Amino acid sequence: MQKLGDFKLPHFFNYPPYFTLQPVRETREKQIQLWKELILDYCRTQKIFVIKLEEEFPLFSNSAIERTLSHEAREAFLSDLVAEGRAEWLDKGRRSCLILWHRIQDWADIIVNFVKDNGFEDSVMTVEEIRSGIESRGTSIHTFNHVNELDLDKFPFAKGKLAIFKGTSTDDEGIKFSV
Amino acid sequence: MSNFFSKAEVTSSGRPVFLRNEVERHLLSGVDLEPEDYRFSPLKSGILILTTHRLLWLPSSSATTLTSASSIPLASISHIFSKKSLKSVFHSPRIRFQFLVSSDGRVFDPGSGSGSGSSTGSGSRSVVVTAVVRGKGDCDGFLVKFWDSWRARAWESNETTGSGSGLASGSGAGTGTGGGLYSTDGSVRMVGVAGILRKEQEIWESTDKSLQDAFQDLNALMSKAKEMVMLAEKMRQKLLAGTSSQTSGTNDEEMGSKEEMQDWLLSVGIISPVTKESAGALYHQQLSRQLADFVRTPLERAGGMINLIDAYCLFNRARGTELISPDDMLQACSLWEKFDVPVMLRKFDSRVMVIQNKSHSDEEVFARIKSLATKPEALRNGISPTDAAMTLGIAPAMAKEHLLTAENKGLLCRDISPDGFRFYINLFPEIDPFNIYLRLKATRCFAEFSVKDYGICITWIKAVSTSG
Repeated sequence: MQKLGDFKLPHFFNYPPYFTLQPVRETREKQIQLWKELILDYCRTQKIFVIKLEEEFPLFSNSAIERTLSHEAREAFLSDLVAEGRAEWLDKGRRSCLILWHRIQDWADIIVNFVKDNGFEDSVMTVEEIRSGIESRGTSIHTFNHVNELDLDKFPFAKGKLAIFKGTSTDDEGIKFSV
Repeated sequence: MSNFFSKAEVTSSGRPVFLRNEVERHLLSGVDLEPEDYRFSPLKSGILILTTHRLLWLPSSSATTLTSASSIPLASISHIFSKKSLKSVFHSPRIRFQFLVSSDGRVFDPGSGSGSGSSTGSGSRSVVVTAVVRGKGDCDGFLVKFWDSWRARAWESNETTGSGSGLASGSGAGTGTGGGLYSTDGSVRMVGVAGILRKEQEIWESTDKSLQDAFQDLNALMSKAKEMVMLAEKMRQKLLAGTSSQTSGTNDEEMGSKEEMQDWLLSVGIISPVTKESAGALYHQQLSRQLADFVRTPLERAGGMINLIDAYCLFNRARGTELISPDDMLQACSLWEKFDVPVMLRKFDSRVMVIQNKSHSDEEVFARIKSLATKPEALRNGISPTDAAMTLGIAPAMAKEHLLTAENKGLLCRDISPDGFRFYINLFPEIDPFNIYLRLKATRCFAEFSVKDYGICITWIKAVSTSG
C-alpha cells in the first residue's frame, strides 16, 4: 500500500483515470465523491487547513504513475466540497481553499466546550492565547489559526455568547466569551 | 395470365444488374406497358429503364416484390413506331414498338446462342406494345435515345470480340466498360486526369473529322464505328427536331457532350452513373440505391464502418465525371431509411458521420473492447485508439468513436496525460467509498470474504502490482 508521509493511500490512487476529470456524468460523480473523501481524510490526519490551488499539493500528484490533477480538476473537486459545506473559498479568485474537516458547527462546538471546560467564560482572550495556550494542547484548536475566518457570529447558538474584537493586527484579535 | 417477358435481375437495393458493357441511357417513371396481345399481361406503373442492350421495367417501390422486374432485349425489337398525332397532345405520351416472340410464347432473345442479330427466328410472331408514360419524364428524349440505342446494336459487340480493333484509335473507350477497353487491345491504361483529358482531346478531334465525312455520305456513315453512328444520329435528330427538353436550364449542346463523356470516359467501378438527365426527378432515389450498392465493398474492407467523408471520396472517384455534391451525398444517405437497403447512416455524439452495415452490432463491439481492456497489459497501461483499431480491424478514427461511445456507456474511462489519450476499463462503479482500503467484510462467518464483490478491482490490483 502506498503512503504519503504516514498517510495510507487507497489502491485506486494508482488508477490513472482517477487523475483525469471524467466527462461522463455518472463516472464523474463517483470520481468526485472519492476525491472529496480523500481530501478530507488527508487534511484531517495531516492537520492541513488550507489548500492553495496553484501550489504543489502532495495529494494531487502521483509520481509512481506520473499523473497530476489539472487545475480544472482541482477546482472542480474543491468547489464540490464548498457546495457541500465542507470547505470555503478564502478569496474571490478561488486560489485558496479552507478545508473544514470539522464542520463549522463542529468547530464552534469545540470552542464553546473548550471555553466551558477551562472556565474562560466572561473573559477576553486573544486568538493567539487560545491557540497556543496550555489549555488547548491536545485539542484540535491547538493548530487552528483561522478562528477569525470562521465568522462564528453567524451561528445562532453562538449569538450573544461570542464577540470578536478586531485589533490593529491579527495578534490583537480577541474573543469574549459570555457563555 | 403469366408474364412472358424475360425476368430481369436486380440487386438487393433495387437497382438492375447490368450485363457486361451495358450502359443505362434513360429512365422514365410512372410507365405502363400495355401489350396489344392478350397473352401478355400489362405491367402497370413502373420504372422504365432504357439501356444500350435492353428495355428494363422495374415495379415501383410500393409494389410487392423485387422479383417481378422484366426486360426486353433491344435485339428482339423489330420496329419502333413514331407517331405524332393530335391526340397525343391530350393524352399521356406513348411509345409504341414491336418485338418478336418465339414459338413458345417467350420474348425472342437472340443473346441465347444464336450468333446473328437477325430478327427472323423460326416460327416467330410479333407483338406490339405501347408504353404509356404517365410520370413526368422526358418522353421525347427517351424516344430519341431509344432509336439510337436500337440502331446502335450494342449487343452485337459482345459476340465479335475482334471489333475492338476495328474502332478508331482515338475512340478506344466506346460503349465498352473499363474491363473491355483495357484487356482486348492491351493498350496502355489511361490513368489520372491527364490521361482522361488527353483521351478526350483525341476523341474530339477524330469525331470532328469523321462527322464531316459522315454527313456527306450516309452509306459511308453506316460503315463507320458504331459510336459515330450514335453521335451523328443524335446530332441530326437534335438539329432537325429541335426537341424541347423537359430538363430546362441545360442547353442541348451541353447535354449532348455530357452524355458523350459519360459514355466514353469511364473509370473503375460504375459503368453507368445515374445522372440528373437520365433520371430526372428520381435522381436522388436512384443515386441512393446506386450508392448503397457501391458502398458494400469498401464497407467490407473497412471492417463494417466507414467515415462518410471517405465514402464520398471513393464514390466520386468511381463515378469519374458527373460528380455529386456533399449535399447530394447526404440526401442519398438519408433516403436509405425509406428503402430496404442493408446499410445505414449513423451520427456519433462527436458529430462524426459514418456509414455502417445494418447488421452491425454495438453490443458486439463493446464486448470486444471490454475483453481488450481487461487484458493484463491493458489494465496496466490502458488502450489507445490505435490499439483498439488493430484489434477491431477498423480505422483508428472509427475506433476512437467506438471507444468514446463505450466511455459514454460507462464501460471505459479516459486518462489524459502527456503520453496521450488512453482508455481504461471503468473501475469507478466498483470502488466502494466506505471501504477504500478493501478491508475484509465482517460477516457472520467471519473467516469468509467474497472476492467476487470486488470483481475487476482485484484483477486490476493484481495486474498493477506485478509490474513492480
